[in-house]
Amino acid sequence: MLFSTLTLTIALLGSTMDKTLIDSINASVKEEVSQQKITFHSTDEYRKYVDVKIEQQIKSVGLDEPWYSPKRFGNTMIKVMTLDLGKSNSFTSSSGSSSVRDIILERMPNTILLFTTSTIIISAIGLYVGAFVASKAGSVWDRINSAFAVFSGSFPIWWIGMLMIFAFAFAYHIFPARSTPLTQPSDPSYIIDLLYHMLLPLITIVLVGFGSWAYFVRFFVVGILNEDYIQAKRTAGISEKKIVYSHALKNAAPPIVTVIALSLAASFGGAILSEAVFDWPGMGKLYYDAIGAFDYPIIIGVTYLLTVIFVLTVFAADIVYGYFDPRVKVG
Amino acid sequence: MISRRQIVEEFRRSRAGMAGAGILAVLIAMSLYAAIAIPLESFRQWNNPNYWVDYPRSAAPSWTNVGILGPKAPQHIILSYPNDASVSRSSLNGINLVTHTYTVDFDYDSYPSDFMLPYDVKYGSTPPILQVDVSRPDGKTFRIYYFSLPPSQSTGGNEASARVFSSDPKVSENLRNYYGDFKYQQDASRPEIMIFSDLQHSAVLKGKYMFKETFYLFGNSDAVEKSGVVLGGKVYGLMGTDESRRDLAIGLLWGAPVALFIGLTVSIASVLIGLVYGVIAGYKGKRTDEGLMRINDVFYSLPTLPLLVIMSVAIGRSIFLITGFLVIFGWVGMAKISRSLALQIKNLQYVEAAKLMGQSDIRIIFKHIIPQLLPLTFASIAISVPAAILGEAGLSFVGLGDPSIPTWGQILHDANSAGAAASGVWWWVAPPGFMIAITGLAFVLIGNALDSIVNPRSKKI
Repeated sequence: MLFSTLTLTIALLGSTMDKTLIDSINASVKEEVSQQKITFHSTDEYRKYVDVKIEQQIKSVGLDEPWYSPKRFGNTMIKVMTLDLGKSNSFTSSSGSSSVRDIILERMPNTILLFTTSTIIISAIGLYVGAFVASKAGSVWDRINSAFAVFSGSFPIWWIGMLMIFAFAFAYHIFPARSTPLTQPSDPSYIIDLLYHMLLPLITIVLVGFGSWAYFVRFFVVGILNEDYIQAKRTAGISEKKIVYSHALKNAAPPIVTVIALSLAASFGGAILSEAVFDWPGMGKLYYDAIGAFDYPIIIGVTYLLTVIFVLTVFAADIVYGYFDPRVKVG
Repeated sequence: MISRRQIVEEFRRSRAGMAGAGILAVLIAMSLYAAIAIPLESFRQWNNPNYWVDYPRSAAPSWTNVGILGPKAPQHIILSYPNDASVSRSSLNGINLVTHTYTVDFDYDSYPSDFMLPYDVKYGSTPPILQVDVSRPDGKTFRIYYFSLPPSQSTGGNEASARVFSSDPKVSENLRNYYGDFKYQQDASRPEIMIFSDLQHSAVLKGKYMFKETFYLFGNSDAVEKSGVVLGGKVYGLMGTDESRRDLAIGLLWGAPVALFIGLTVSIASVLIGLVYGVIAGYKGKRTDEGLMRINDVFYSLPTLPLLVIMSVAIGRSIFLITGFLVIFGWVGMAKISRSLALQIKNLQYVEAAKLMGQSDIRIIFKHIIPQLLPLTFASIAISVPAAILGEAGLSFVGLGDPSIPTWGQILHDANSAGAAASGVWWWVAPPGFMIAITGLAFVLIGNALDSIVNPRSKKI
């Protein structure tokens, strides 16, 4: 599964990767030649010399073969898997390294921090609200929740982010407009500063995200509340609260877990973009900046890592689903 | 199976569905209005800063200027020949005089930020002279400019095409002659203030101003091609302008047909592909099914946005390519649904009968199974439009949209790059996102209403 995804990604990126590699070889050869201070009699001679050098370099790296040749393909696969992603043209990590791996690994914890925290909060709120409106199916609350889910589902999360910045950073100065903390990472107060800066993006993602969650939870819980065994529990005198929040929720778990994966998937792109809006120092922000600067190594590296994270999430959801519902075998 | 008339009737009864249809009608009206009434040039030149020089920078919508909330900020005024000018001609000693008069009703509480007078004159050999007089509401007339026009640099000889700016030293020089009219100290280096000031005390003089631009033409074939008055203001138009002076109302209007095109093309194409793909997998079964569904699974577990980004970086950014990219990721869900339905339908007796009659598989699929799924297909098309619109908007937002056309996502990209939200330029941020949301919402409402009619399963709960 992961392998086929990787194959597809490389197939998509192969030619671009080659182009950027050849470009970087061109640049480095030209610089090398100009530093050697060889005098040429004509521009033709210079060009010939450089061309020969470039040709040699390309051969030694193996770029003379197309990206889909078995040897190159295998190499690329190994390179990408070991995160050997080349050097960035215009970005550096805080330690000054321009290796794509270092830059991305420096940003990744921030992305994971924001994304996981918001997912946990969203799922907690979503489960509770969903179960609550399910127990009152057909009420005003139920209808408000459904309407809210439809509305928030069609709103781009990054746009809500911009509105939140306008409301809470410009109109009312409660939160900072840019979420990159000003203190240095070595400073002990850095963690607190980071969390404070995380609040606004977090609130935004949760606000937009929990509606559809609650909607799905409600959908499944309502289905289960109509089952006979729940009726039996009611007649046995178990309190309604316990039935809804304990018995019904537990039995609705398998489909809910699938939806977790799906909703993660749906909010994934939005979460990347909202990093750019809030200037949160994660991979999404890096992505946005790299696209603006046409820094291909970074774009390719981030794409690859985001894909891996995503595929792993879906994969994990599959396994969890199998755990909750043993009837399903994980393929 | 429900008949078409029943579907229409039930849809009419669904309030959410009708609301969605209403929004869609408004969007279509916007698209038609844009196509008919707005010059196509504004669509093509959206990213060309030269096209927008006459417009103000980051001006708020003019309806914010109601005057109840505080002082009335000056409106940005653009007047140009031939629409707004009253033209008179005379001749004096063989010299042709052409006068363009522009009337400005100035009743705002603060001064214009600047002004410019664009002109374009074609002439034979002698450069024409431009004389500008401003008649004020109090009867005074200031001659602010009297000079022979320099030949234009860009077009070579025999054409004078440029602008007189309020910061032009010749304007201040002329205005110095009127210092005596004022009861207090005036400053001729700020002509936009001096011209619009009261003579008695330092305040705005409200009323009708007339800008008389007289061209002295020395050849018989000389002609004034262009003239005008641009008064710099703080508010402009229905939706204001952005930092690169673009009129946001025009961008928002053009965004409607683009969004509808992308949304509908992508969803129709991907739903149809998914439908045929899923039905083939479900009907054929066995190994075909297994293989097709494995491919489906691969696409299912790919993150859309990063791959969209990489494809537009690697392949191209034209709107048709982007549409194609979105289709690549759009068909997956429909394939799953139609496969599971085809599995049910293929065991129905009439399909079995068709098979026994020796009809070919293709014929059975297209004649007997797919028609059964058509109502569901329409619902799916409507439901999958928002994803396509959001996908394109997201791609535009990271800066990878089609650079040759305005889209809502691109307007938001520009706004985000300029930090519009943090600097309070709300009219640049709120409307485009609202349009994206409302367009998505319209299709979701329509889709959900259709779905609950044609899909009995979702009706139950």
